[in-house]
Parts: sequence; C-alpha cells; structure tokens
Amino acid sequence: MSTETEPVVLIENLRFAWPGQPCLLDLDRLRIDAGEHVFLEGASGSGKSTLLGLLGGVLAAQSGRVQVLGTDLASLRAAQRDRFRADHVGFIFQQFNLLPYLGLVGNVTLGCRFSPRRRQRLGNAAAVAAEAERLLMALGLDVVQLRQRPVTELSVGQQQRVAAARALIGAPELVIADEPTSALDARTRGAFVDLLFEQCRRAGSTLVLVSHDPALAPMFPRSLVLAQINRAPAAANPAPAANAAYAA
Amino acid sequence: MIRLALLSLFNRRGTVLLTVFTIAISTALLVGVERLRGETRASFSSTIAGTDLIVGARAGSVQLLLYSVFRIGEPTANVSWQTYQEIAAAPPVVWTVPLSLGDSHRGHRVLGTTPDYFQHYRYGRRQSLVLARGELFDHDHDAVLGSEAAARLGYGLDDEFVIAHGIGRADITTHDEHPFRVTGILAPTGTPVDRTIHVSLAGIDAIHADWQSGAFRPGSGRARGAAGNLRGTGAPAHADADASSGADGSDGHDHDHEHTPGSITAFLVGLNNRAAAFALQRQINEFRGEPMTAIMPGMALQQLWSLTGVAENALRIVAAGVVVVGLLGMLTALLTTLNERRREMAILRSVGARPRTVLGLLVLEAASLTVAGSLLGLVLLYAGIAGLRDLAASRYGLYLGLGPPGAAELVALAAILIAGLLIGAIPAWLAYRRSLGDGLTVRT
Repeated sequence: MSTETEPVVLIENLRFAWPGQPCLLDLDRLRIDAGEHVFLEGASGSGKSTLLGLLGGVLAAQSGRVQVLGTDLASLRAAQRDRFRADHVGFIFQQFNLLPYLGLVGNVTLGCRFSPRRRQRLGNAAAVAAEAERLLMALGLDVVQLRQRPVTELSVGQQQRVAAARALIGAPELVIADEPTSALDARTRGAFVDLLFEQCRRAGSTLVLVSHDPALAPMFPRSLVLAQINRAPAAANPAPAANAAYAA
Repeated sequence: MIRLALLSLFNRRGTVLLTVFTIAISTALLVGVERLRGETRASFSSTIAGTDLIVGARAGSVQLLLYSVFRIGEPTANVSWQTYQEIAAAPPVVWTVPLSLGDSHRGHRVLGTTPDYFQHYRYGRRQSLVLARGELFDHDHDAVLGSEAAARLGYGLDDEFVIAHGIGRADITTHDEHPFRVTGILAPTGTPVDRTIHVSLAGIDAIHADWQSGAFRPGSGRARGAAGNLRGTGAPAHADADASSGADGSDGHDHDHEHTPGSITAFLVGLNNRAAAFALQRQINEFRGEPMTAIMPGMALQQLWSLTGVAENALRIVAAGVVVVGLLGMLTALLTTLNERRREMAILRSVGARPRTVLGLLVLEAASLTVAGSLLGLVLLYAGIAGLRDLAASRYGLYLGLGPPGAAELVALAAILIAGLLIGAIPAWLAYRRSLGDGLTVRT
C-alpha cells in the first residue's frame, strides 16, 4: 500500500469535538512519511489521546480526512477499521500494558491473534514465537530467564519493552507510542527510545511517539507541538469523559 | 478467543472456582430433583405389570397400591380367605395371588404368598421373576429372598432366620420358634421385590398359629390346630393368618401342614380380558359381604402422580430458585471485576479486537462458567446418587439409577445454560459499551 511518495499518515482539515463540547482538534494538515520517527508533544488534555484514537480508527472525525497508508479511515466500516488497525498499526501505552493472564511471549504475539496478515508475514506459529523472542532479546530482555515469570512481576521498564515487542511484531507500517516513557527514569527512557528506533528501522515502521515531556524532542529527527498545529481553542481544556462519540 | 477467555478465567481462579461451585450445587439440586421425580415414577411404574386388579380391604386406592405392591405403609385391615376364594372363582378371573404382609426381618418386609406369585407376578416390560440361585418354596418354612435382601443380610442358601412380628426396623417380638430356611434367591429386578423376603403363605400361617391379636399364646397353635380352621382376628399389624396346624397335633416345626389362612392382606388378580376389569372392580367395590377396594394399578399410579405433582412442582420451584441465586452469584463475580478489566479490554482493542470480540469474550466466560458449573453439578449429582442410592433404596424404596441424563434432566440443563448465557450477557454488554467508550485508553 505504502509507496515512497505516499505518506503513511495524512490528516487534512480534521475537526473533532466530543458531543456537547467545543472543538478539541482542528488540524489543517499533518503529513508523516514512511520511515519517519516523529515526536508529538502535548500537554495533558490537549487532545493527544484523541488524535491517537483517530489514527487508530477507534474514533471518527466529524469532518476532514484521516488517511493512513493511503486509506481514508472514514471510508471503512467499524469492523474494517479494527482489522486495518490489527494489520497495520502497533500501539504502545503508558503503563499497564500487558494482559496478566498471558505469558511473556503470549503478550507479544497477542496482535497476531487478530491479524492473519501479520501472522502470514512471519509464517507458522513457531515462526511467530521465534520472532517474539527475537524482538524481546533485541529490546534487551533475557527471555530464558524471564519466560516463566508472570508478566505482572516484571519491572515497569521490562513491561514497556514487552509492549514494544508486541507493537512491533509482524512489522506494522505504523507504530504509535502513547507516553511510553513516562514511568521510566531518564537513563532508561533514553535507552528505551534508542531500542525503539532501532527496531522500527529494522521493521521499516514509521514511529509516532506522543508525550507531554519535551525532553524527548531532541532524540527525534522531527518534533511537533500539538498546541502549535491544533487551531482549536478548547484544546487547552481537559477532554470530557468518553461517550457515544466513539465509533463502534 | 476461547483460549483467551479460559486464560482470563484461570487468572481469576479463586473467584471463578467459587462461582463454578455455586452453579454446580444449584445444578445438582435442579437436575437431582428431576432425576428423583423421573426415577420415582419409572421405578413405581415398572414395579408391577400384567396385573389387572389389586384387591384389599376398604382403603384409598393409593394406600392399597403402596402397601400391597411397594411395601410402603401398613394395611389397615385384611380380606377374609373366604371372600378371596369367592372372588378368585369369578368367571373373568384367570389367576389370583394372595399376599400376606405384616412381618419383617431386620428391616426387610416379609411377604407371605403362594408359588403362583412367582408364576404370575410381572414387572418392567412384563418380565417374570427369575431365580438366581436355589429353588422356590417346597416346604412351609422355606424362604426365597430378593437379591438385595440376600446381599444386605448376607444370607445364602440353607441359612436360617426368624422373622419378627410387625414391620418396624426394630424386631421387638420374633417368631423364634419358627425359623425359616433360605431355599432360593431371586435375580435383581430393580423393584421392591429385591428387598422382600418371600415365604409361603402356609409358613406365615403357621407362625401366627400361636398368635392372636398380636399377642403370643403358648400352645394355642396346637390347640387350634387340632380344632381345625380358625378365623382371622383382623389384626391390622399383619395378615392374621390364623389357621389349622398339622392334623397330627405335632408342633409343626419339622413338617408341613395343610393350612388355610383366616385372612390375607390383599391379592393380585389376572383376568381373561382387560375389559372385564371395570365390571369386576365395580362388583368388588360394591361387595356386600366385606368392605373391599379393587384398584387398577395404572389408574392408581395416576392418582399417586396427581397427589405428588404439587410437591414435585414445589421442589422444582425451590430448585429453580437456587439456580437463579447461583447464576446471580456469577453475575456479581463478573460485574465486580468488570471495572478492573477495562485496561484489558483497551489492550485488546489496540491490537485489533472489535467491540463485538470483547462482548464475545465476556459471553464466552459466562458460558464457560455455566458449562463448568453444570458439568461439576452433574459429577456431584452422580457422586451423590452413588453414595446414597443404597440408603434411598432401603429406607425409602427409591431406586436411583446412574444412567445418562433423561429428557427432563437435559431440559433442566439446557435451561441452566440458557439462563447462564442470558445473565452473562449483562456484564458482556456493559463491557461492550465501556469498550466502545474507552477506546484505546481507559477513562474514568
């Protein structure tokens, strides 16, 4: 789908507001090309998570266009958007990222359960498991030592690496990280971002990392400040509780 | 997805086990009630076949049926031997079998009858009684034991025992002077016959020769024996089979006598055609010489079912209530953890799970809990039946089988499963809505 000239993310004239609330996001244009590592800085309540929901196809904009890998997400039905997300987008969250009832490798391969495309990229079940272990080791985890340990007993840093491996398995075209380093100390944070860069390059994935911490900006070749590209005045106010505005 | 649901449940195994156990108990109760009801009816229905009429002293149809066939309860009066013979000679009557009840041995009822009993009595699908070992009566003090009676008493062929006056479990007064000898043991039938000790009518007659109105009169048997045929006193505790002893005036222990019973408890009647049963029944019920009741076994059973139907429905309602409580426990367990699991749902959504997948996951969990609870309930039920069936048979005359679930039980199980799914749909729907609202991040 993606070509050299075709952007991985293209947002045009996007407007989004929660029902009964003023407009939260008003973006004229945002283009992210394949292979880019982009840092998007935004304060709490500035609409960062809402923007990620739009990119992931979980939210639907009231107007404008959100195009990922050349596909206008608004043109897809809800189920197709879910499938699209499973096939092409990897997510990393701030914390509590892992399912407690799955093991180390099980958490990493979770996305492959919902995406035949990612599975096919890797081959059979054994190949999927082998790739999961390779990713974990590449991200600095001793799989042999940690394999039998419940994921809830891993440190926050270790959990974040497992979550990163889950986002990267099957080489999705787009990796979105939402405050992935906020629970890490400065030294670990830098190491984690470096590993993330390296594995995204290896997988050919485009990385969009969103954080409120401007200290991360120098590590990225491209940085954006949401407040500067968002024309909506309500962006400074916290977003309301989620409701029916989420697309099914 | 099934694996995910099971792993998620395993992760909460403490709560899950309690929930499953609660459902299991309620399932065992509901299905157990159905089994008890079904087995009771089947057991009762298969106990007697091929008998057109049962005749006894004036009593309710159900009462007569219970004491004469099922050995439950006690007769209130007897039928005189003369009346019995008069009815036995009626034109449509092909065969009759006299029954004399009222004595027991270590909790097992003693039935005094004639060899005709083994020839004409049918059970189940018109099956005849079959001897597993030994032979039928040959002498007055021979006894043929039901299979269970022999097993529980530990008696074999040629063992001797004495029977007690009355049918209580405590043998207060025994007929020590008239020991019986086991000559045969019947094959199992799954009916009260298995628990019965069968002796000849003459044997019963002989031991009661020294008894009148339930009291022992030393030597009276011989005295009356010499005097000839004595009439029964009508004592309700047993068929008062006062009769003549041996004409030689001996004590009657070592040889047989030509006894003619004064009375019997009841008798079975076989007719040459079924249509004649109604007419004969009316004649017997209107018999002027002696107040009697004649019943058709099938119709009396229907009366019994209509009597017990109310109690059965009450039991069913209570059991269904327990199932509802069990399933509400599951609902509580699922709802309690729902808020804690919002992050889990968000993670699943992030990797491509649809809200419907989240819905399905929760429904699967509820289904798994219900199925596991139902299966465990069946295991508990069968274990309970296996442990209590001997007690149920010996104490209450109920033969509880260990066969696969019947139609009514399967309906009860299906109802539990459907109810479990419906109740499980509530937290599943809530999770679905929250999943839609939360999207990829949990919002509070």
